Amino acid sequence: MNRRRIPWLYFTVPRNFYWLVQRLVPLIWAVAAVLAVAGLYVGFFVAPPDYQQGNSYRIMFIHVPTAWMGMFLYALMAVYAVIFLAWRIKMADVMARSLAPTGALMTALSLWTGALWGAPTWGTYWVWDARLTSTLLLLFLFLGYMALYAAIDDREKGARAAALLALIGVINVPVIYFSVEWWHTLHQGMSISPSGGASMAPSMLAALLLGTGACWAYCAAVTLRRAQTELLEREDSTGWTRTVSTDDAPPAPRGVAVPTGRRN
Amino acid sequence: MWDGIGDFVAMGGHAPYVWGSYGAVVLLLGLEAALLVRRRQRAWTRLARQARRSTTARHPSTGSES
Repeated sequence: MNRRRIPWLYFTVPRNFYWLVQRLVPLIWAVAAVLAVAGLYVGFFVAPPDYQQGNSYRIMFIHVPTAWMGMFLYALMAVYAVIFLAWRIKMADVMARSLAPTGALMTALSLWTGALWGAPTWGTYWVWDARLTSTLLLLFLFLGYMALYAAIDDREKGARAAALLALIGVINVPVIYFSVEWWHTLHQGMSISPSGGASMAPSMLAALLLGTGACWAYCAAVTLRRAQTELLEREDSTGWTRTVSTDDAPPAPRGVAVPTGRRN
Repeated sequence: MWDGIGDFVAMGGHAPYVWGSYGAVVLLLGLEAALLVRRRQRAWTRLARQARRSTTARHPSTGSES
C-alpha cells in the first residue's frame, strides 16, 4: 500500500514504461542526430590537425566516446543488477539485459577504433598493456553476461546468475579507468581528468564532448527501445499490450500513482 | 582547413584508419538499430497472432476470418 506514494516506481510497471519510452525515444534520437552532426562538423572542419599525429588523431572523437560508453553502460548494468537482486524489480532486470548488447557493441567499437588509431601512432594494432587488456575483458564480461543469461532455461535463475556476474565484473571498470595511472602503459594517459582538466585545444574538446553526447543519446535510445521490446516479448496477448496499439500506448489512468499489480 | 575534397578524403595519408573507424561505427550502429526494429515488429506480430487465435477460440463463428 505504501507503493502508491512512491512515484519512481511508477515506470517499473511495464505499461507505464512502454508509454514513457514511446514519448522519450523520438526526442532522444533527435538529440543524438543533432549532437552527432555538430560533433562531426567540429571534429573534421574546425579542430586543427594534431602537431604530432596529423589527422589520425580525429579517431579520438569516436574512440573515446565509445570507450566511455562501454564503461558507463557496464556500471549502469551493475546498478540495475543490484536493484534486481536486492528488490526483485523485474524492470531492473529488463534494463540490465537491454544494456548488455549495446555495451558490448560500444566496447568492441572502442577496441576496433583504438586498433586503427594505434597502427599509425604506435606502429601496432594491439599490445597487451593494462588499458587494452582490461577493455578486452570488459567486452568478454558483456558477452559472458548475455551468454549466461541465455544459457539457463529458467529465466528467473538465468537473470539472477547474470546479474551476479554483472555485479562481480564491475570491479573491472575502475581498473580500466585508472589503468593508465596504475601501470606503465603504451596507451596514453588521461586527456581529461577530474584533477587536471582537459589537455587539448578547445575545439578538440568540443568535438569530443559532442561525440560523447551523441553516443550517450544513441545508447539511451537503443537500450530503451530494446527494453520496451523485451517487455513485449515477455507478455502474452491477454495482458496490458491489448490496450496498446503498435504505435502508441494510452496514458495511464488518472489518479493512480502505481497500479497495484493486477492487470486491467 | 582542407584543400579540396580529395585532401579531406586522404586525411593526410591516414584515410584507411580514420574512415575505417568511422565507417565501422556507422555500419554497426545502423545494423543494431535495424535489427532492433525487426525484433520489435516480430514481437508485435506474435502478440497480434496470439490475440487473433484466442478470439477465434472464444468465438469460432465470428473470429476465424478476421
